[in-house]
Amino acid sequence: MSSSIEALVNKEYAYGFVTDVESDTIPVGLTEDTVRLISAKKNEPQWLLDWRLKAFRRWQSMTEPHWSNVSYPPIDYQAQTYYSAPKSVKPLQSLADVDPELLKTYEKLGISLTEQKRLNGIAVDAIFDSVSVGTTMKTELEKVGVIFCSFGEAVQHHPELVQKYLGSVVPYSDNFFAALNSAVFSDGSFVYVPKGVKCPLELSTYFRINAANTGQFERTLIVADEGASVSYLEGCTAPKRDENQLHAAVVEIIALDRSSVKYSTVQNWYAGDKNGVGGIYNFVTKRGKAMTDAKISWTQVETGSAITWKYPSVILQGDNSVGEFYSVAVVNGMQQADTGTKMIHIGRNTKSTIISKGISAGKGQNSYRGQVKVLPKAEGARNYTQCDSMLIGNACGAHTFPYIEIANNTATLEHEASTSKIGEDQIFYCKARGLNAEHAISLIVAGFCKEVFKELPMEFALEAQQLLGISLEGSVG
Amino acid sequence: MTTPYTEQFEAFSANGGGEGPSWLPALRKKAFERFHALGFPTTRDEDWHFTSVTPIAEKTFKSLKPAATTLTLSDLEPHLVDAEWNRLVFVNGRLEPALSQYGSLPADVQLAPLSELLREEPAWVETHLGSLAGFDKAAFTAMNTAFMQDGVVLRVPTGEVVDVPIHILHVTDEKAQGGAIHPRLLIVAEALAQVMLVESFVGLDSASYLVNAVAEVVVGNGARVDHYKVQRESRDAYHVGTTQVVQGRDSIYHSFSYAAGGSLSRTNVYTKLAGTGGEARLNGLYVLDGAQHADHQTFVEHIAESCASRELYCGVLDGQSHGVFNGKVFVDPQAQKTDGKQTNKALLLSPQARVDTKPQLEIFADDVKCTHGATVGRIDEMALFYLKSRGIGAESARALLTYAFAAEALETIEIDALRLDLERQVFERFTHSQLV
Repeated sequence: MSSSIEALVNKEYAYGFVTDVESDTIPVGLTEDTVRLISAKKNEPQWLLDWRLKAFRRWQSMTEPHWSNVSYPPIDYQAQTYYSAPKSVKPLQSLADVDPELLKTYEKLGISLTEQKRLNGIAVDAIFDSVSVGTTMKTELEKVGVIFCSFGEAVQHHPELVQKYLGSVVPYSDNFFAALNSAVFSDGSFVYVPKGVKCPLELSTYFRINAANTGQFERTLIVADEGASVSYLEGCTAPKRDENQLHAAVVEIIALDRSSVKYSTVQNWYAGDKNGVGGIYNFVTKRGKAMTDAKISWTQVETGSAITWKYPSVILQGDNSVGEFYSVAVVNGMQQADTGTKMIHIGRNTKSTIISKGISAGKGQNSYRGQVKVLPKAEGARNYTQCDSMLIGNACGAHTFPYIEIANNTATLEHEASTSKIGEDQIFYCKARGLNAEHAISLIVAGFCKEVFKELPMEFALEAQQLLGISLEGSVG
Repeated sequence: MTTPYTEQFEAFSANGGGEGPSWLPALRKKAFERFHALGFPTTRDEDWHFTSVTPIAEKTFKSLKPAATTLTLSDLEPHLVDAEWNRLVFVNGRLEPALSQYGSLPADVQLAPLSELLREEPAWVETHLGSLAGFDKAAFTAMNTAFMQDGVVLRVPTGEVVDVPIHILHVTDEKAQGGAIHPRLLIVAEALAQVMLVESFVGLDSASYLVNAVAEVVVGNGARVDHYKVQRESRDAYHVGTTQVVQGRDSIYHSFSYAAGGSLSRTNVYTKLAGTGGEARLNGLYVLDGAQHADHQTFVEHIAESCASRELYCGVLDGQSHGVFNGKVFVDPQAQKTDGKQTNKALLLSPQARVDTKPQLEIFADDVKCTHGATVGRIDEMALFYLKSRGIGAESARALLTYAFAAEALETIEIDALRLDLERQVFERFTHSQLV
């Protein structure tokens, strides 16, 4: 560590960035100082600062990729505020200030008033449901030795674990957005499940108050030690009020021998208005590494964001490891999604399953992009892929881009894809039974997505189904 | 890279390439400039992701100036498929009238060397040549357009049905060593016309050369074109072939690509269904071993309503060979009631064989039915066991199953003589024995 770095850190501190809440927002723009500042604010050890700086320098040498099947105006990275929530957002005083459209959606999803307030950043009572749930949960987890905390806490209390696994699956140099995240990530979640422990609860950021505002550059690290198992839920079915347009999160999963990790996401960020103004750019890097006999399963329901661009992937490193990907992606209005997965078969007798359901309505563009790669040493690898697309209305698009790369003749691979219109006969039948067109569509779509929904934890599956109905509202007639 | 070709192009323009109607040298010049600007594609180019053309790019292939060949009809006998067919024979890129025969066609059907038609009907050629095979983004097509020496023009007038296949045979021998051949083909089938065409590329000796072929096919309203391509280049040769088709209302274009030769080959089949009710059937079989690399790229563009497309590509890969399939079905917002189906199957016979496949759908219309499927695997152990239990030796059982796999694609060939010929070739290749 050079003295000049220390001097810099101290200098910034001297300006009082940490003490005064009003001046807590970092100036707009991204320089090495920004990275140092974030690190200093979070009181991070030197190795982490070094890692962030390496990532930042790498990011500077990279150019933003444009190979995906989405289009958006150029992003000015220097016009963004990194680290803290923008000053312009004033906390709302009561629910009356919230966009009535949002309130209607909450009502349909059956979300409690308190929860609605929390989602909109309205101050709530100290004895709030989730807090108590959170506390009970913490005690129960501590009993079995499961560590579940914010990333920042993990850095302070379990630096050895973070240092060992951070960047081991998604290196800072992985891609443009991952490098950016590595340089400026503010917080996120950390999970460690010790050897042989089956985590007694579904872990969820939904219940963890301190994770609610980590937003823009979130970093999640999940480690399942040998023989452990855990199910993790990310996201929320209610639309989030969020002013940050670019979201570049990174999720890393390490599943050691014989462990099993299940990661479920329901993403419903703000999708922009009917004309495509506003909305979140959700550019996420998610990847897991499965060691011998381990299993990683991704389930995602993507209904929000103006642009979704992500490929939750599994590196099937160990023999007999298993990777799964179940996805439902819905686009309506002007939404664009380019999502799918990568299954990299390295170990012997590795298996992967991909089930992807894409639904396009309005003027939405939905792309499935997936890679199945079998390396020369991956004897007996097996993959099954099914990707189906459904089109509702004649202004949308559905696209399929599978990449199948096989370098071992003992591999067996099947890929199937279909694209079709929502069945008019089915709608007619439902209508004859007294359902209106919207309910009919929602029912048919739920049936189309059943294979994915059954992978979601029960209460999530029900909400996801409702959510789908809401997302597709106004897509007929 | 492309720079060494500048000198060649200047020499070619001054000597032969500058001939023909005045628009031709201008087209060549434009094409060469484009080729020069584009350079050879690299694997960073999405369309060439799995195929590196470095072996082509790092060499400089010279323009061939072949003299009349000493080959006789008996040398070509095994490659004629059917000696009765009308045929045009090119040896090392040069038309050999003595080996060709194309007199027995109906009088109004035009089958002629491109050079001849350029003299006789330059205006007609001008409207068609290069109208489909754009070279704005295609370096090899640009290279062909700049350097094309000769080719074939086939024009079938309205309502004419040609019921005997036409064979265009491109032969190379050791004199092709180090050279580049840029054959060109133009087929215009006017309304309700029907024609069958077989294009063969055969390497007689183990020479290393580049064949860079471009074909343009216009299938008129209600017309039908069956277009077969047999690629059996020398094992040291490079073959790049692009076929670009436009189809009218209720037309049928049926293509079959057989690729068994060459060290590196790439076949592009692009068709545009521009009229209602058209149908495209694109099939193929690639049979590779050693260090061969074969890449097929198909693009079916559904522009009009109620069109159908069917694709079946099968690959049998042995040794350290590498098979690539990249198929795209595009459905325009106007192309409602599209029915598309695409299948790619690969059989891996050896542990070192490699396959990359990328079947893609891009759909912008809602009332459509599109599917694609891909499978990769080795010989089914259960099927093998079954055959063995019936007293068939492991070796024969394997050969039988491999042949059966390839036969699925071969069965789509509608010209009996050609199907039997290819079936025999495939059978002999896998059983290493002669079919009697």
